[in-house]
Amino acid sequence: MKILVCISKAPDTTSKIAFTEGNTKFDENGIQYIINPYDEWYALVRALEIKEAGNADVTIITVGSAADEAIMRKALAIGADNAIRIDADPKDAYFTAVQIANYAKTNAFDLILTGKETINYNGSQVAGMIAEILDFPLISQASKLDINGSSLSLEREIIGGLQVVEVAMPAVVSCAKGMAEQRIPNMRGIMAARTKPLTVLPPVTADELTSFVSYSVPNSKSAVKLIDPMNMDELVELLHNEAKVI
Amino acid sequence: MILVYVNSSNGLSKAALETVTYAKKLGNEVVVLTNGKASSESLICLGEYGATKVLVDRMVDGEDPQQLTRLISAVVQNIGAKTVIFSHDLIGKAVAPRLSVRLQAGLIAGAISIPDADGAVKVNVFSGKAIGNVKVSSDIKIISLLPNSIQPEKTGANCPVEETNGLGGAAAIKVISTKKPEGEILLPEAELVVSAGRGLKGPENWGMIENLAKSLGAATACSRPVADIGWRPHHEHVGQTGVAIRPNLYIAIGISGAIQHLAGVNGSKVIVVVNTDAEAPFFKAADYGVVGDAFDVIPKLTAAINKFKESQN
Ligand SMILES: Cc1cc2nc3c(=O)[nH]c(=O)nc-3n(C[C@H](O)[C@H](O)[C@H](O)COP(=O)(O)OP(=O)(O)OC[C@H]3O[C@@H](n4cnc5c(N)ncnc54)[C@H](O)[C@@H]3O)c2cc1C
Ligand SMILES: Nc1ncnc2c1ncn2[C@@H]1O[C@H](COP(=O)(O)O)[C@@H](O)[C@H]1O
Repeated sequence: MKILVCISKAPDTTSKIAFTEGNTKFDENGIQYIINPYDEWYALVRALEIKEAGNADVTIITVGSAADEAIMRKALAIGADNAIRIDADPKDAYFTAVQIANYAKTNAFDLILTGKETINYNGSQVAGMIAEILDFPLISQASKLDINGSSLSLEREIIGGLQVVEVAMPAVVSCAKGMAEQRIPNMRGIMAARTKPLTVLPPVTADELTSFVSYSVPNSKSAVKLIDPMNMDELVELLHNEAKVI
Repeated sequence: MILVYVNSSNGLSKAALETVTYAKKLGNEVVVLTNGKASSESLICLGEYGATKVLVDRMVDGEDPQQLTRLISAVVQNIGAKTVIFSHDLIGKAVAPRLSVRLQAGLIAGAISIPDADGAVKVNVFSGKAIGNVKVSSDIKIISLLPNSIQPEKTGANCPVEETNGLGGAAAIKVISTKKPEGEILLPEAELVVSAGRGLKGPENWGMIENLAKSLGAATACSRPVADIGWRPHHEHVGQTGVAIRPNLYIAIGISGAIQHLAGVNGSKVIVVVNTDAEAPFFKAADYGVVGDAFDVIPKLTAAINKFKESQN
């Protein structure tokens, strides 16, 4: 079977977030990029486990610039078979989804995996958009995924609980915690990644439906008010009268 | 015309009332679409929050985003809606992007404000470390509202409820079983949250956390290592890789305040931190702080809350 894993970059979680050009552009100065954690720890590793358990071919795809090849090589080092980079700035979720769906259309994937969201824009949009363009079912925020012949058996989060569901392939699945365990690439993987194919393809034209016009950084909190640990009545009084939350 | 999609399979949640209130702030004609078994008597009250009409599809159970998308898009076309509102919850995150493609309508995911004079809407980006202003270029706009961004407001009276069936088609996803914890307050919707971390030393010490939560009527949460070592269930894990929450009050006990933890809770309106270490980074993000041992402080705090609750009666 053929699995496509969507890999996006994200700033390392300890990055300082700042903006330039009159607060209209993310300041990339000094930013270290990593693979978006959900894409790496859950989507990619689960795809590799499926491959190891049977017979699957795992392709990763990234919509991004040449600079993103560093994180793509890491995904290859962890174990993906080959990589596709769509050479374009991922302007918005729709533009990105059109690129991925367009590649998927010509390559008959049985399963398309994404992370549950990117940690920079936190939109949870791309998976649903790919699924709609391809007219595939979507199982979002899955925490367990097993292959059953030509169907998938999944566990997913629902509002206030967990659900076990089944669906026929092809399908799109967005992956959340529980799906797999993080893997650290080993030396052999890193060496092998250097010679694995990384194909660069031009984008197809697609409209942007949304745009970020500006950014702001929230005001930092005023200093913490310290309360005497022996005086919890005071804390309760403040939460009631000053903060008005109880 | 504004269409709001509301999930009512567990009754009407606060998030549902928030989306209707939000829609009412954008325009006067608000149609609410829902599905499933909720009784018409329970749905008419959506009028109080601003709905002019409720449509309900009894044949769609809401488990398949593809089916829900077909239903919502048919209703958008039938009523000529120009704006569609969702809650940015598990259903909204699955359905709104599909609808965006189907209608070629831009989606503002996770809105925390109403559109400004230029039509830009605020959303959290970089795990809450910044705010972005997003604009939509298409004729139809879709907005998914981050839960707990506005308070539900009653402004009207009961409204009519009509059935609309047969627009969704068949579901592709087959539900095998559903597990729902009984009687607990759901973390993503909770207004008050009591959370604890590794400072608690072991799972046997969570009794005092549960007692505090019970006296407040709060949900319980935890840091990631605590869920990873199995002291607490995974669904309680908050933070960048867990659930992101924005309650009115977040009480963090024995949690150091690592940046990945803060990413999931820094939208909380008020943060109280209890930690033995006065240098713990969490104090920088806190409104109120108690430097002290949780094992002393928490029983005292619970007693103070109980005393306060009694005085309120
Ligand atoms: C990519 C990535 C993603 C991550 N995602 C998350 C996430 O989503 N959520 C998350 O929580 N973490 C996440 N982490 C882990 C995070 O970095 C921290 O390691 C974690 O939050 C620490 O948990 P803790 O505060 O419970 O434990 P610790 O850091 O061990 O802190 C325990 C605290 O308890 C205090 N303490 C000790 N005894 C007492 C006492 N008797 N009374 C009161 N206080 C006491 C100590 O002073 C200390 O501050 C992530 C890490 C990475 C690298
Ligand atoms: N530029 C991109 N290239 C490849 N995959 C992406 C890209 N952006 C997002 N994705 C995938 O879509 C998921 C959800 O992203 P988002 O909709 O931005 O929250 C991510 O976890 C990735 O798997």
